[in-house]
Amino acid sequence: MMSTATSSRPLTAPSPHAPAAGGARRRSRTRLELALLLAPALVLFVGFVLIPIAVAAYYSLYSWNGFGPLTNFVGLDNYVDALSGDVFQSAIGHNLIIVALTIIVQLPLSLGLALLLNRKLRGRAFLRMIVFAPYVLSEAVTAVIWLLILQPGGFVDEVLRGVGLGWFVKQWLADPKIVLYTLFVVITWKYIGFGVILLLAGLQGIPAELREAAALDGASPWQATRHVVLPLLGPTIRVWIFLAVIGSLQLFDLVWIMTLGGPANASTTMVTYLTDHGFKRYEFGFGSAVAVILFIICFTFALLYQRFALRRDTDGALTRAVN
Amino acid sequence: MRSVHKLSVALAAAATLLLASCSGSGGDASANGPVTLTWWHNRTTEPMKTIWRQIADDFHKTHSDVSFTIEPIQNEQFQTKVPLALQGSTPPDIFQQWGGGGLADQLSSGKIADITQASQSWIGPLGQSAKGWQVGGKQYGVPYQMHAVGFWYRKDLFTAAGVTSTPTTLDELNAAVAKLKAANLVPIAVGGKDRWPDAFYYNYFSIRQCSVDELKTAVEKKDFSAQCFTKAGENLKTFLDTKPFQDGFVGTPAQQGAGSSAGMLANGKAAMELQGDWQPDVMQSLSEDKDLDSKVGWFPFPSVPGGKGDPNSVLGGGDGFSCTTRAAKACADFLGHLVSEDVQKQLAATGSVLPVHPAAVASLKTETHKKIAEYVTKPPHLQFYFDIAMPTNVGQALNDAIANFFAGQGGPDTIVNSVSKAAAGNK
Repeated sequence: MMSTATSSRPLTAPSPHAPAAGGARRRSRTRLELALLLAPALVLFVGFVLIPIAVAAYYSLYSWNGFGPLTNFVGLDNYVDALSGDVFQSAIGHNLIIVALTIIVQLPLSLGLALLLNRKLRGRAFLRMIVFAPYVLSEAVTAVIWLLILQPGGFVDEVLRGVGLGWFVKQWLADPKIVLYTLFVVITWKYIGFGVILLLAGLQGIPAELREAAALDGASPWQATRHVVLPLLGPTIRVWIFLAVIGSLQLFDLVWIMTLGGPANASTTMVTYLTDHGFKRYEFGFGSAVAVILFIICFTFALLYQRFALRRDTDGALTRAVN
Repeated sequence: MRSVHKLSVALAAAATLLLASCSGSGGDASANGPVTLTWWHNRTTEPMKTIWRQIADDFHKTHSDVSFTIEPIQNEQFQTKVPLALQGSTPPDIFQQWGGGGLADQLSSGKIADITQASQSWIGPLGQSAKGWQVGGKQYGVPYQMHAVGFWYRKDLFTAAGVTSTPTTLDELNAAVAKLKAANLVPIAVGGKDRWPDAFYYNYFSIRQCSVDELKTAVEKKDFSAQCFTKAGENLKTFLDTKPFQDGFVGTPAQQGAGSSAGMLANGKAAMELQGDWQPDVMQSLSEDKDLDSKVGWFPFPSVPGGKGDPNSVLGGGDGFSCTTRAAKACADFLGHLVSEDVQKQLAATGSVLPVHPAAVASLKTETHKKIAEYVTKPPHLQFYFDIAMPTNVGQALNDAIANFFAGQGGPDTIVNSVSKAAAGNK
């Protein structure tokens, strides 16, 4: 924007000398404005995002227990150790399972709920509140509540027995084979409201005329939804997928409080692994290496997703205006 | 929304480290001038919060040049706050210290005061209790209370199952487990989710199996390759095979909620738990039963046939404080005050502290605690918890291996190898 403004200025100038000075004044004024408006955010961004990333990358090259100077340079050993370790590999696997389940299960679920709650029905505001309520809870509170109701002989077990499904009662958090899926149910319970609200907002943005037009052309409600509403909801869905994937990759609080990554590492995620080694074992150098790996994974995904999935959404909005 | 913040937690911690290391210096307080000690302790709840305040005020009355800024900090925060503070230029003058390998780790910051000289006049009565706060023969802190691990049990459930006396040998324990099972009761509760309660079992089987020398060498060299440690794992395996614990024990928390292992014992849902002396306080907070003290009893970990260890050796540790270098003299004097007979009696009388001063044992409230304290003050060997005694990364690796073993993964050799593997820097 700045370049278009400044380059077009001389063309409309009445005299060859005056505009140069005026342009310079304008330019410096623009710079001042930019500096004033951007500086605070930039300082925070550099201080709390860029520098910590650089520092973490620096620490990750040392074997360091957090006390005293960094003396034991180990090069990329920490990265090799992390990536070749069984526990970290399975942690990445757990994160990927959560990512896949999130998209396969949560997306259709929130889409369905959003379509339902977008219709005129009695008690809609109340239902929307119910769906959204878990999202407002902090992850810690969610985790503690579910820890209590999932404990052996707890609420979930009693309800299942009460409705004659006693055979289905499992050791929800103690069986290494199912603990990850139990956690996924809790995650879904907590975050479904976020997806629903986001998609509802997207649905509100679709003009009613389009549905009407489709109906007049003889489209059934299902056809109208399938061929008119869903395509127009595309940008919202793509943003939701982006947020859900990043969130799943960085899953931590719930898991840490409910299982500490156990039993026997069956629910370890990349961030619980990081915390376990960084803060519980005082391997700050190694922990930093894991943090950098996590950062690279998330950053790469973000870039690729922006490039290939989100571009058609941002294409018109941002890129064209700048060019 | 949930996406942004997790990585930034780690990064913010890194940034704090960086900023802390750049900020100004604290300056040395002279030996005689007035000094204000910043004190970090972990008693954020009553009654201990007020008791610590009171003890500091009392000390100030007799030492007018020493005042206090007291900052009670949540126990779990110490593991992140202490490294950051020691890396910075203004660490607290007195802070919570559990001794052992964690203390040895902290020494490389160069900010922990050596109080060997300053403590000479008053540390005698503490005996071997103070050893856990030594590194290389020098005193870098002192405990103000001891901890000991043993079996807590429900007298009513023992009676109901026909267990007439507390087990003194492993065979008797197994017999008690069998009787309790036959009576359809959960014999033993364990908080497997938190891992450290699992470790108590392996610790004790090692203490019973190995000689004192073998234990000392193993912890010092971080090498558990002596045969007795494998044998301890095998004994543990045999014990686990009797299935003495509640269903789903690997997912049970130790202390949170009525469904935790402590909650199960408090509410009569399990008959025994291998836990520390703090257990009555934890149980009381998880139960409505006001008469709990009379319903639970305590007995030491039983002897194991064929072991070289003394059946009276105790697994435990303690809570203490370390001084940083800025005001080491005043701080050491205050620590001397904390372990003096009078203050120790005052602490013991609260009922939730095992005193380090033997003369204070008589002031304990419950008979159970007196029994434990007497047992702890004169053991042939007081073995520090392995995870605390060794450097933090090694101790945690050992606990993880033991917890995995409880969950059915790995064998005795995995436990033994986890120690030397972590000590060698492998993850």
